[in-house]
Amino acid sequence: MTVAAAAQPTSSATMFSPKWIAEHLSRWPLHIAVIGLTAAWMVPTIGLLVSSFRPFSGQATSGWWTAFANPTTFTISNYTQVLSAGTTNLGQAFFNSFMIAVPATVLPVTIGAFAAYAFAWMKFPGRNGLFLALVGLLAVPLQLTFIPVLSFYVQHLHWTTNNLEATGIPGLPWVPLWLAHAGYGLPFSIYLLANFFRALPSDLFESAEIDGAGTLTVFFRIVLPLSVPALASLVIFQFLWVWNDLLVALIYVGGTPSVAPLTVNLAGLTTSLGQGSNLLTSAAFFSMIVPLIVFLSLQRYFVRGILAGSVKG
Amino acid sequence: MSSVTYDHVVKRYTADITVVKDMYVEIKDKEFMVLVGPSGCGKSTALRMLAGLESITEGEIRIGDRVVNNVAAKDRDIAMVFQSYALYPHMSVYDNMAFPLQMAHMKKPDIDRRVRSASKILGLDNFLSRKPRALSGGQRQRVALGRAIVRSPKVFLLDEPLSNLDAKLRGQTRIELQKLHRELETTFIYVTHDQVEAMTMGDRIAIMNAGILQQVGTPGDVYDHPANLFVAGFIGTPTMNFVPVTTSDSSAKASGFELKLPKSVPAGKGMLGFRPEALTDRPSEISTLEMKVDVVERLGSDQFLYGQVGSDAVTARVDPRMKVEPGDSVKLGLDVRGLHLFDAQSEAAFF
Repeated sequence: MTVAAAAQPTSSATMFSPKWIAEHLSRWPLHIAVIGLTAAWMVPTIGLLVSSFRPFSGQATSGWWTAFANPTTFTISNYTQVLSAGTTNLGQAFFNSFMIAVPATVLPVTIGAFAAYAFAWMKFPGRNGLFLALVGLLAVPLQLTFIPVLSFYVQHLHWTTNNLEATGIPGLPWVPLWLAHAGYGLPFSIYLLANFFRALPSDLFESAEIDGAGTLTVFFRIVLPLSVPALASLVIFQFLWVWNDLLVALIYVGGTPSVAPLTVNLAGLTTSLGQGSNLLTSAAFFSMIVPLIVFLSLQRYFVRGILAGSVKG
Repeated sequence: MSSVTYDHVVKRYTADITVVKDMYVEIKDKEFMVLVGPSGCGKSTALRMLAGLESITEGEIRIGDRVVNNVAAKDRDIAMVFQSYALYPHMSVYDNMAFPLQMAHMKKPDIDRRVRSASKILGLDNFLSRKPRALSGGQRQRVALGRAIVRSPKVFLLDEPLSNLDAKLRGQTRIELQKLHRELETTFIYVTHDQVEAMTMGDRIAIMNAGILQQVGTPGDVYDHPANLFVAGFIGTPTMNFVPVTTSDSSAKASGFELKLPKSVPAGKGMLGFRPEALTDRPSEISTLEMKVDVVERLGSDQFLYGQVGSDAVTARVDPRMKVEPGDSVKLGLDVRGLHLFDAQSEAAFF
């Protein structure tokens, strides 16, 4: 991510002059590449969207693109079935996903920001070694941790979904999952933010120090406001990962409908024989709504040139 | 408002990297002191030690009578203007200037009064709601000054504050800074590598080289009586002419001329120094030298001649009306009052 104000190639050439044409032609390869990539990424989603309006029989026998030849077969029954509470319990799963994703995003981003600030701007013994170890953790496959962490939860803390639900405290059954996600997210979160913080001009910190700002004040009033682009991208990244996660949720909270997230619920819609796979298409679309909203609402924080005017002219 | 004393201050990074060596200087209350020297001479480090941004290896720094070695930067009652300005980019001009006061837990109306009066002094009234990125270089520089002024500190530290401005603005700001110094009646300590800034602004100048303080004095002092070869060569543009000479009692012999010295010196090798303006187009009987002119620069108010006297390169600053062409040989008089002699070994000045 760039923080420097990118120079816009502004053309001073008059329209349709040879220079103007040359400038515009030279950008064509770029445009073609961008449009091509976008299209390639869009195709599966569009296919999913079209399929979600086709009946099960159609989905099972022909490709989605053939549906346009026979538009009368389009139906909204997939959506009505998914939404009817009796069959899928989508509302509860939606709520669960939220209850899982929000703390599992806030935790690693918040803790990560504090840690990254320390790694970037505070001197303490073992800083470099610790940071190196952290970067090393990025390479550890999280599947490797399932058994030790889970056995620790269950054998030492007795944190099973049943036990935690039995306490009656709302939210408690998700605690193991929140902690797990925070742990898995932290190395990347610290790594990304520390690099971003480190790039902030040191003069700002010295100036703030002379102005009388303590470490926490510098963090909250200078570092965080200047790191909004990094924080926003990290939030998006972490939220999407948790929202779309099936495996970790399945391991730590299991399939109990009262606590299982949307992904687990969706996976349960289809049987091993393919029954109900038509519902999968429409349900997947429901699950996409939230990431889309998160992405679009945070996108405006990717302001370029946030540091402009700080140091030098 | 306070004096500042560097009492035999040393800054050492490792055993063999010492950037400031045994620096002793007393800066008087309300004085405009300029620390000047080539880059890497330790002047910024000296300033940063006073600011509290660098630790002091040996010696003491006192502000007034208080030893500040172990006082946190924010409690030293100083304000600093950075070369890069270091404005908080996400805050408006007003908030930038209010920030140090908020940190000092000052009341809102007081903050407002101080920020407004500082912005009036600096002509920033109309920009208070702007962000730094919407300001020109000169305006940003003034915001940085304003952020320092609002605190009414005992000592102002300025670390090359003009080096990011264009030449015209720099000249203008130089004058504004002097005015500001008079208005605020506060001690200013100003670091620069530009000897013109040092000469024009400083009440006194401290010249540093390779971590060692070379000379402290008024601009006139260091210009007319440089303590050593380095100071003589650093102060003044074009630089002083240096001609190796052999001395015997009170005469000096160079490759292209010989002259009587105003004082007697021990016999041996020396370095004779004289400024370009010590040469005139009126040859005198006591000391005349013949110069073969290579290049002539006419600046309107001045005329610079670059050429050779004997085998030594010499620059002369002569009356612009004097008619000289490259290739000419001209006879120039040397004003003996402008002569300096330095020891060839120690580089210290005899006179």
